[in-house]
Amino acid sequence: MKKRKPLALAALCLLVVCIHLVTILTGSQFYLTQLTMAAYYGLVIIGLGTLMGYAGQISLGHAGFFAIGGYLSASLTTRNLASLQGTWPVKGLDSLHMLKIAQDLSGEQLITVAPWAACCCAVAAAALIALVIGIPVLKLKGHYLAMATLGFGTIIYRILLASPYFGEADGISEVPGFTLLPAMGTFHPIMVSGAANLRVANYYLAWGVLILGMGLLLNLIGSRVGRALRSLHSSEEAAEAAGIDTSRFKLHVFVLSAVYAAIGGVLLTHFNGGIGPSEASVMKSVRYVALVAVGGMTNLWGTLIMGVGLTFLSLRGVFGTFDDAVFGMILIFVMLFAPDGILSLRLQQLRKAIFSGGRP
Amino acid sequence: MSLDLFFQYLFAGITYGAIYAVVAIGFNIIYNATGIINFAQGEFVMLGGMISISLLPFMPMPLAITAAVAITMAIGALIEILFIRWLESPSVLRMVIITIGISILLRESALHVWGESIRSLPYFYGNEITTFSLGSVHLSPQVLWVIAACSVMVGGLNLFFKSTPIGREMRACAANRTAAILCGINTRNMVTLSFMLSAGIGALAGCVMSPITYTQYDSGTSLAIKGFTVAILGGLGNSMAAVAAGILLGILEAFSVSVVPLAFQDAISITILLIILFVRPHGLFGSSEAARLKDF
Repeated sequence: MKKRKPLALAALCLLVVCIHLVTILTGSQFYLTQLTMAAYYGLVIIGLGTLMGYAGQISLGHAGFFAIGGYLSASLTTRNLASLQGTWPVKGLDSLHMLKIAQDLSGEQLITVAPWAACCCAVAAAALIALVIGIPVLKLKGHYLAMATLGFGTIIYRILLASPYFGEADGISEVPGFTLLPAMGTFHPIMVSGAANLRVANYYLAWGVLILGMGLLLNLIGSRVGRALRSLHSSEEAAEAAGIDTSRFKLHVFVLSAVYAAIGGVLLTHFNGGIGPSEASVMKSVRYVALVAVGGMTNLWGTLIMGVGLTFLSLRGVFGTFDDAVFGMILIFVMLFAPDGILSLRLQQLRKAIFSGGRP
Repeated sequence: MSLDLFFQYLFAGITYGAIYAVVAIGFNIIYNATGIINFAQGEFVMLGGMISISLLPFMPMPLAITAAVAITMAIGALIEILFIRWLESPSVLRMVIITIGISILLRESALHVWGESIRSLPYFYGNEITTFSLGSVHLSPQVLWVIAACSVMVGGLNLFFKSTPIGREMRACAANRTAAILCGINTRNMVTLSFMLSAGIGALAGCVMSPITYTQYDSGTSLAIKGFTVAILGGLGNSMAAVAAGILLGILEAFSVSVVPLAFQDAISITILLIILFVRPHGLFGSSEAARLKDF
């Protein structure tokens, strides 16, 4: 396992480059846009996969963390702070060079938070909320945990829908791009944005972030913490008896997965240039759970492949108006027939064929 | 707040509370029989309303409602037979995900059959503007229908569980499944029956509430969350306490309108749910000792 890890990541890098080459050859570079979006969703899904598969905790509220990230970053970078000028929060931000001052169309002063500062605020807020929510929520199990996280997600959704600051049902649009590197010489600036000339750069950026995130999670799982987590999944009592602080580990993974969701939310919002309340809906949370389940709970690679693949198909509109129904079906059938994920099926059948007569 | 307004809110609260109580009892019946929380419970309520609305042009209202309840019961039984009956001791996580999947399927099929439009049954007596006065409070007759139907359901269920042979078998199955099997009770049929029962009462509640609250393909989800809140508030599995808890939540929600904007109304019941889960997961009326045996 340990030696295969960098190899598999390298193979994924290679695959990403190959897909780009294929789209160039077939003249179908428009696919890259959805692949970029799918990669950001993939970030949410592998984070949740670690929580569900390795810490054994279900969360039906991850769309909430995604939306916290996306909405906070979007609102901080678009809402004008000019009326608050002179108050301490704005002054403080200004002294840290975290403000962006520009002029709007009618020539009035437009003061917003710089994207990188907004991104940090959004991710930190998501982590903090996850910490505060996680302490009581993770004491619950089974149905209660599911309902509590579902409730959390619904509260976030309701707050977004009811707050004029977050654009109510319209969401927030015209979110500026997120400049990572300014323009240098003949190079374009590198920024997270949906502009057509930045499509290829954004594609590699998104997949770079995803592969980096994946590498970090694989490292975590292979480490001492990962072994502690796995013991926690199989039996919490046994893990506690072995001296593992189960509640602390669960909380850490919960916060980590929330941070992954928030980062995905921030980057996707800047890429799309906007975010709507549907990103926070319960159906989105359920969809993330479905994708983790399809990939196999304790199989991060499976989660990544199935998650990104199905999200890509869904973004391309392959399922049409049956989009949500397809995910419902997938959820039921995977749980009925292959609770360890679709990718485990082949292996099991193979094993059965080899050790025929032996019970699985 | 004037006294009139107070009573107006109170009755609105009791009406909604009665509906929440019925949804919560639906949760409890299935929970007692199987240990599963059926996340698709709210969809039964939606189906009851929708089917009766569709049948109304072809038959008189009482018949349409009866048929809608019967069809929803059949759907409940079908769901149990297709998705749950043949699973051998599945894990809680698996069951949670399966019932969530079922709720999505029911919701999406409703979307494709009935579209996104908001529908409702006509008022059982009079119309939207018919009111009667109770002292200085003006109420729609439909409020009485809702409260009466919910009371009849609660009473009927109580009678069914206490004094009919099948009801007693179901209780035996809930108390100790192995012992019930040893006594020759077919526990699998009891589980199917429990799904039918909770689908049936959900559908009936969906019919009587439809004129007031309207029915839409996605109206089940928020009802399910509120019903679950009530079930937890009363102590999971305890149907009589669910009635008290339901009315309590309904009244709390109705009065919250005077304090916070309507848009946050749903958030209030969920906040109550979260607080209860954190502080007293065994419910307001449950004993913490009995709860220790359950898996929170």
